[in-house]
Amino acid sequence: MAEPLDDYIDAVAGALGLPIEDAWKPSVRANLAVTLKMAKMVDEFSLPDETEPASIYAA
Amino acid sequence: MQLDPVITPEGDWRPASDIAQAVAAKKISALAVTEAALARIAQHNPLLNAFTDVTAERARATAKALDAAIAAGQSVGPLAGVPFAVKNLFDVTGLPTRAGSRINRDRSTSTRDATLVERMEAAGAILVGALNMGEYAYDFTGENIHDGPSRNPHDVTRMTGGSSGGSGGAVGGSLVPLALGSDTNGSIRVPSSFCGIFGLKPTYGRLSRARSFPFVASFDHLGPFARSVEDLALSYDAMQGPDAEDAACSTRAIEPVTALLGQDIGSLRIAAAGGYFRKNLFPEAQEAVARVTKALGVTRDIELPEVARARSAAYVISTVEGASLHLDRLRTRPNDFDPAVRDRLLAGAMVPAPLVDRAQKFRRWYRAKVLELFKDVDVIIAPATPCIAPKLGQATFVLDGVELPVRANIGIHTQPISFIGLPVVAVPVPLDPMPIGVQIIAAPWREDIALRVAYALERAGVVAAPRAKGF
Repeated sequence: MAEPLDDYIDAVAGALGLPIEDAWKPSVRANLAVTLKMAKMVDEFSLPDETEPASIYAA
Repeated sequence: MQLDPVITPEGDWRPASDIAQAVAAKKISALAVTEAALARIAQHNPLLNAFTDVTAERARATAKALDAAIAAGQSVGPLAGVPFAVKNLFDVTGLPTRAGSRINRDRSTSTRDATLVERMEAAGAILVGALNMGEYAYDFTGENIHDGPSRNPHDVTRMTGGSSGGSGGAVGGSLVPLALGSDTNGSIRVPSSFCGIFGLKPTYGRLSRARSFPFVASFDHLGPFARSVEDLALSYDAMQGPDAEDAACSTRAIEPVTALLGQDIGSLRIAAAGGYFRKNLFPEAQEAVARVTKALGVTRDIELPEVARARSAAYVISTVEGASLHLDRLRTRPNDFDPAVRDRLLAGAMVPAPLVDRAQKFRRWYRAKVLELFKDVDVIIAPATPCIAPKLGQATFVLDGVELPVRANIGIHTQPISFIGLPVVAVPVPLDPMPIGVQIIAAPWREDIALRVAYALERAGVVAAPRAKGF
C-alpha cells in the first residue's frame, strides 16, 4: 500500500534532483513525518502580520 | 624534567593558569608539557577514540618556539604551553577539515587555521590534535560510522554525547586540559553533561566561526571545554574579539571575564526553569538540578513561553539549513554519508519554504518574550540533558513508563536555549557513578554572569569535573 508521503517525496526529489533509492524511502518518510509534525506545531501558532523573521539584519 | 608543576599527584592536569605560570617561569618547558599530553593521548586514545588526528610534529615545533621566546626574555600569553585540541570541523593547517564525514576527507588540506585556533595559539596554547565528532555535527551521541564512536571516560561502554564527542572524551579523560567544540543545538552542553566537564556556549556571534565547517548558520556557535571554570574563562577570554571573516561575529569589544569570576553573586536574581524543563527528566537529572538550585538558594521557577514550540522550530530550521548546506553532496555522493544523517537531511530538503519562514518568525517572537524574562532574573537554571550518558548504540530509553527514542530526546533541554543564542555554562554535577550537567543560562552578552555563578558553585564543591578512573 502506498504511503501518503511517497508521492510528495518522489515529486520533490525529482524537482531538486535528489536521488532517493527505494531502500532509503521508509527512513526519509519517517524523518519527514516527524519534521512536518514539528513544523505544524509552529505553523499553528498565530503571529501578527508585522512579525519579522529572526534572519532580518541591519544593513 | 618533573611534571609536578603541571600534573597533580592524582594524575590530573593542574589549572591552565598554573601550567602557563610554570612554563613562563621556566619551571617546566612547554615541550615537556606537550610531551606529557602526547603521551597521555598515545596511552588512552586507543580506548577513548577521542582524537582523529594527532598533530605531534606541529605541537613540538610550537612548543620549542615558545620555549625559545621565553629563553629570550619575551613575554608570553596567559595560556603559555597549555595543550588543547579541536573538534575536527575547525580548519587546521595541513589537514582536510573532515567535520566527522567521509566526504570531506577528499577536500584539499587547509592552508590556514581557524580564527579560534590562531587566537588560542597567540595566547600561548599548543594545538595537539583534532577530535572525533558526529557526522557534520548532526548528532547528539558522539557516535561516528566512519571513525568509530567516541567513548565516555567514566564508562567506556557509554556515549560521550555529541556532536563534540571527542572534545568531551579528551577533556573528560584528562588527555588535554582544554578543547574546543561547536554547539548548534546542544553539541557543547550535551558532551559536557555526559563526560562531567565544564562547557561554554557563548552568546550567538560572540566567538568567530571563521574557517570552521558550518552546519546551521542560524544557530552555529563555537566554544571551549575545560576541567574548571577558570580554565573555561581563560580560554574564552583568549578567543574573544570581532572578526570580519565571520558575518555573524559581533563587533563588540572584548569583555574579559576571568578577573570577574570571584565577584559575589549574592545580588543576582536566580530562578529555575519550570514547566517544560521539569518534565522528561530521569531522577539523576532532577537530583543535579536540585543540588544546584539548593546551593544557590533558588526559591522560584520561571516559565519560558512556548518552549516546546521553540524546540520544534529549532528542529525545523536545523534540518532545512543543514539540507541546504549539503544539497550538492546529497545529489552526488549520497552513499558516502552515514545513512541516518543522509536520510534526515533528505527529509529536511523537502520541508515547504513557508514553514521555515514561519519558524524564523516564531524565533523572533520567542526571543523577545524570553528577553523580557531577564528584566526579572539574571540567571535561569535548567537541566542540560534528561539523563546520564546512555549506552553506546542505545536506541531508546523508558521514562515514566514511555519508551522514547534516545537521539531525538537528548537535546530537548538545550535546543530551546541555543535557538535564541543565549550564553550558557554547562556545569558538571559529580554524581556517582556517572556525572550529569546543568545549564547556567544568562541574558545575551552576559557570559560573565553565567561564569560567576558556575565559579561560585565550583568553589562551594557542588560542581566539579570528576577524575575518570583509569585515566
